[in-house]
Amino acid sequence: MNSSTFFGLSTVAYILAMMTYITYLAFRKTTIGIVATAITVTGFISQTLALGMRWKEFADIGQMGILRAVPLTNLYESLIFFVWCLILAYLIIEFKYKNRSFGAFITPVAALALAFIDISGMSTDIQPLVPALQSNWLLAHVMMSFTSYSMFAISFSTGLMYLIVRTEKRSEPAYIFWTVMLSVFIITLSAMGLDYITFKMSVSSQEELIKSYLFKASFFSSSPAVAVVSWFIAVAFTFFVWRFGGILKKLIVSFNISYEMLDEITYKSIAIGFPIFTLGGLIFGAIWADQAWGKYWTWDPKETWSLITWFFYAFYLHSRLMRGWKGKKVAIVAVLGFMAVIFTYLGVNLLLSGLHSYGAQ
Amino acid sequence: MEKGKNKTIIDKIWDIFASVKLAVVIFSLIALTSIVGTVIEQQAEPEKNIKLLMKMFGLGHEAAQSFLGVLDKLGFTDMYHAWWFLAFLLIFCINLIICSLDRLPRVLKLVREKVRPLPVEHIEKMSIKKTFSQKNKAAHIKELAASALDRIGFKPLESSGEEGMQLYAEKGNFTRLGVYITHLSILLILAGAVIGVFFGYNAVLNLPEGEVSSYAYKDRETKIPLGFDLLCDNFEVEYYPGSDMPKAYRSWLTVIKNGKEVMKKSITVNDPLSYEGITFYQSSFGTVPDGMQNGIIILNVASANGQTEKIKTKIGGSFTIPGTSVTGRITDFSPALSFDQSGKAFTYAEHLSNPAIFVEFSEAGKIRDSGWILKRYPQTWQLKDGNRVEFLDIWGVEYTGLQVRKDPGVLIVYLGCIIMAMGLYMTFFMSHRRIWVSISEEKGSAKVVIGASANRNKAAFEQKIDKLIGMMNAGQKGGK
Repeated sequence: MNSSTFFGLSTVAYILAMMTYITYLAFRKTTIGIVATAITVTGFISQTLALGMRWKEFADIGQMGILRAVPLTNLYESLIFFVWCLILAYLIIEFKYKNRSFGAFITPVAALALAFIDISGMSTDIQPLVPALQSNWLLAHVMMSFTSYSMFAISFSTGLMYLIVRTEKRSEPAYIFWTVMLSVFIITLSAMGLDYITFKMSVSSQEELIKSYLFKASFFSSSPAVAVVSWFIAVAFTFFVWRFGGILKKLIVSFNISYEMLDEITYKSIAIGFPIFTLGGLIFGAIWADQAWGKYWTWDPKETWSLITWFFYAFYLHSRLMRGWKGKKVAIVAVLGFMAVIFTYLGVNLLLSGLHSYGAQ
Repeated sequence: MEKGKNKTIIDKIWDIFASVKLAVVIFSLIALTSIVGTVIEQQAEPEKNIKLLMKMFGLGHEAAQSFLGVLDKLGFTDMYHAWWFLAFLLIFCINLIICSLDRLPRVLKLVREKVRPLPVEHIEKMSIKKTFSQKNKAAHIKELAASALDRIGFKPLESSGEEGMQLYAEKGNFTRLGVYITHLSILLILAGAVIGVFFGYNAVLNLPEGEVSSYAYKDRETKIPLGFDLLCDNFEVEYYPGSDMPKAYRSWLTVIKNGKEVMKKSITVNDPLSYEGITFYQSSFGTVPDGMQNGIIILNVASANGQTEKIKTKIGGSFTIPGTSVTGRITDFSPALSFDQSGKAFTYAEHLSNPAIFVEFSEAGKIRDSGWILKRYPQTWQLKDGNRVEFLDIWGVEYTGLQVRKDPGVLIVYLGCIIMAMGLYMTFFMSHRRIWVSISEEKGSAKVVIGASANRNKAAFEQKIDKLIGMMNAGQKGGK
């Protein structure tokens, strides 16, 4: 048995947990809720074991100190760690707020991220560390960055839920914002899945898939009919979410999730994530760059996008103190902030070139 | 009159810079232009960006070229150094300073203001409020409360009046300054960066093995004197065993000042050399053009009975295996040797990724054995007759690419980082907490009213207060 057995187990567990949480949301039986929690905890334990094993395997292969063998050096490992942080944070919230309903919103993110690893066929091999990554800063920089990303992911989910709960009319800008946001999120993921299914034979790496074949199976298809139909489905789906978004609101409200609680969790996760991101992501990153390359800031795309993300959340924290910026407007900033996080994390590595490109291997 | 008019203008400017609106505008401007800067490759070959524009907007080569020309005029091809981007950063700084100064007096007042006893009806209106009674003397309860407060880290003051006794305390009033300390740290970091730009430099130095330089190069024309000499003793790429994955790039450097060796260090990517404020970073490497023929091949030759000798030779050179009459002659060299499917040797690259020598061994004029000896594969070092030829290095054919940096501002940047970490910790993980405990005698029992406030994270403080009440109750039982 090696780490991938346990990673597989945790993927299955999170997918099961997602289904159980949604069932729980539909039938509201406490037993189902307990089962859902139990499955999540099982998945979390096996993922923790897997992380530990991978760490050990990495240290053995790379022949380096245990501190430098952090299994966080490529996209595969970082996604897995991100999911681990997310589930940990979720379990803490479930325990603290004694509310299971969030599970139905968090576990899909975890399951999707792990499924993304499987369908995109990204490399799960252990690669020894390239010279630039051999530093004691790796552990602090990467772990803290991903911890903050998970906090931001939670603020994204609760921020979006806040908007769902607080909007009334379909003509309201905030309502339109969240329906479009949710639709784009789902459509993008589906389109990428479709790309993979269509082109998996003709590409050698997942990087090539995203660089050369992005949306070629749908929106940018060479066949005009497919492209037109894709755009039509996307617009129709967005319209559908917009038309029936009220159902989601009823569902959340029926589960005693108050908007005050959503606002509090959004704020708290950002208030924890922001200082960790500043210190671990920006400051430690700058110090590391200074020691490796003699430049603490080079306006490299990854650095720049981190700064943009930092601006978003700095703005969020300040805007709560401003008059007339409470509630929906701030929630929108929290949701947009996470879009910047996703781009910093994935988009920069996959679409732009720069010093951090080894993250895309 | 004149004076009054002037003042209003300054006031107006002050108000503009103190407004949150300007902060939002400048945040967005920096963010939006930065996004453009991450898409258009900065300081790159024009052809790269032309291709990018053609792909992004479906333009023809001509159109993309003229579009790039416009972007270039606007400074977008090197935008982080464009005057308008620096102006944004300057406005951001002024905005940050004025915003902070504008709010600082009020906050300082809050920080300086000492906590005072309050009337009970005020305490009862606090956001955290607990009331309970205990059958005991008020004086005893006060003692319990004082020691419990001490145990949760408060130093209470006392007062007594008509309404009874009161303990009051506060903690962390200085944490209200955390935000301003964070703002200050941003200014420090930017100040450090400015000092670096004006009083420091970034340069490169490609130094072949065995050579000395007393200059670094900003570009082809601009030489910067180092003030000492730097010698590259050796450069080496280490590989993970059995693979082409590089494990370390290592240069052995020596600093020579006034003809004397003052420092020796081997540097790797994350471990630079610093001397007199100038730091040398391992950043690249390469082979000296047409240098292979002059490269010195270093071998460690051992005979079957254990006699060894270190040999320095060149391509075409010969050596004798010690204690025998066998001689080896290096007839061929490959910087990157590989074998094709039929077993034929070929060179796959020009740089030294897998150096190998072809050696012919002869005894009494007759060729006995010949074959490739590879530096990275010790299994090729052992010969059939029990002798051994260790290919240690081919020296003098590679150069090490060093990034040379002098930055007197970097210490200020680091200081700013430390202050920022402290400021953030104060802002997000600490709070200004105040607590009042009023104790009054009421029909033979003591009535306790606790009121408290915290500017952040009230829930955690409330839990602390529950703990305090628990301690008071426990003390009460223990006292009986």
